[in-house]
Amino acid sequence: MMDSSVKIINEWDIVAARQLGRNVAKELGFGTVDQARITTAISELARNIYLYAGQGEITIEKIESGTKKGMTIISRDAGPGIPDLRKVMEDGFSTSGGLGAGLPGVKRLMDEFSIESTPGEGTLIQSVKWLK
Amino acid sequence: MRKKIFQYVQSHSDEILNEWIELMRTEADDRAVQAMSDHMFVKTSADFVALVMSNFSESEEVFHERAVDFSERIVRLGWPLTMMTDGLRVFGQIVENGMKKEGIIDQVSYFDFTAEINNWMFPMYKTITQAYTTSWERTVSLQKIALQELSAPLIPVFDKISVMPLVGTIDTERAKQIMENLLEGVVNHRAEVVLIDITGVPVVDTMVAHHIIQAAEAVRLVGAKCTIVGIRPEIAQTIVNLGINLEDVTTTSTLKKGVEQALAMTSRKIVEVQE
Repeated sequence: MMDSSVKIINEWDIVAARQLGRNVAKELGFGTVDQARITTAISELARNIYLYAGQGEITIEKIESGTKKGMTIISRDAGPGIPDLRKVMEDGFSTSGGLGAGLPGVKRLMDEFSIESTPGEGTLIQSVKWLK
Repeated sequence: MRKKIFQYVQSHSDEILNEWIELMRTEADDRAVQAMSDHMFVKTSADFVALVMSNFSESEEVFHERAVDFSERIVRLGWPLTMMTDGLRVFGQIVENGMKKEGIIDQVSYFDFTAEINNWMFPMYKTITQAYTTSWERTVSLQKIALQELSAPLIPVFDKISVMPLVGTIDTERAKQIMENLLEGVVNHRAEVVLIDITGVPVVDTMVAHHIIQAAEAVRLVGAKCTIVGIRPEIAQTIVNLGINLEDVTTTSTLKKGVEQALAMTSRKIVEVQE
């Protein structure tokens, strides 16, 4: 399977990550609404890396399961981690004065969503969007 | 030794150039070769080799000036930096092979030769890399300024109504500018309604939404009303998915509807004139 990733170090890398995501989504044949959902999800994840972890990586993978096709967005960082996972998935919770819609928003934008985080070690978020 | 190298390079300049072009074609980055016509490639190559050779005859300052000049042209042509560093390496190789073939250097004098050619090459690497990166940095910073200039203009379209069209990605820097221009403009133009047009904003994530909400709130504080216009259907859906609450902000799908609404808010309307 083809995959590619973008390192997130400064704010412009967020644009690069989402450009990559948009291209892959287009290639797979996602419609404009799903393209917007996918790029927005990538934007949220990449911005979280930039804001909270300093640096990390967004990886885009094309996936296949039976007859279904789709793409995975993997966000990986070695930042401070998230102490209370339940809390960050609540709407309106933010430590940076933002809207607090980021992670729960990504979960709603995508079809599958999983998050692992160890305080002091980093965070790994995987989310999948299937082509319907 | 330096003299010998110099003499060799001068007397064989045409051969060196031809060999250099030949080698660079096969070795160089495809990007560079494809990016320009044959004629251009040969001409630029000749310039490059002439530049390297001038390092022998000219003073340090003159060479530096020429290097800066050449680098600027190269950046404009879109040649990568590796093309220049590879070019130097290949040049050194050609000189070495040629001098070996003619028996000017043998095993005994080889040590002398490498020391001398390194002495000659290293400052050149430095100058060329420096000149290249400097002109590149200048290009980037100029583009940044150009981008800032078209960043977030507030345009008065009617009495009391102003429009701010946003095109492209909104980052923290731009969000700050949007806010400043918006507030300053509202006061200066005595606007009562401001329309922020986001038709050209590719992605509206929580940060962008947050900035827009804040801008709208700030506009309200200075006594004007703010409407977000140009919300495309797919953007509307992602905003709903994200769970962003835009209830406190008026929105419309197109700028046209926004203008009509703004006119209504200021108790006016557009009528057709009967001839």
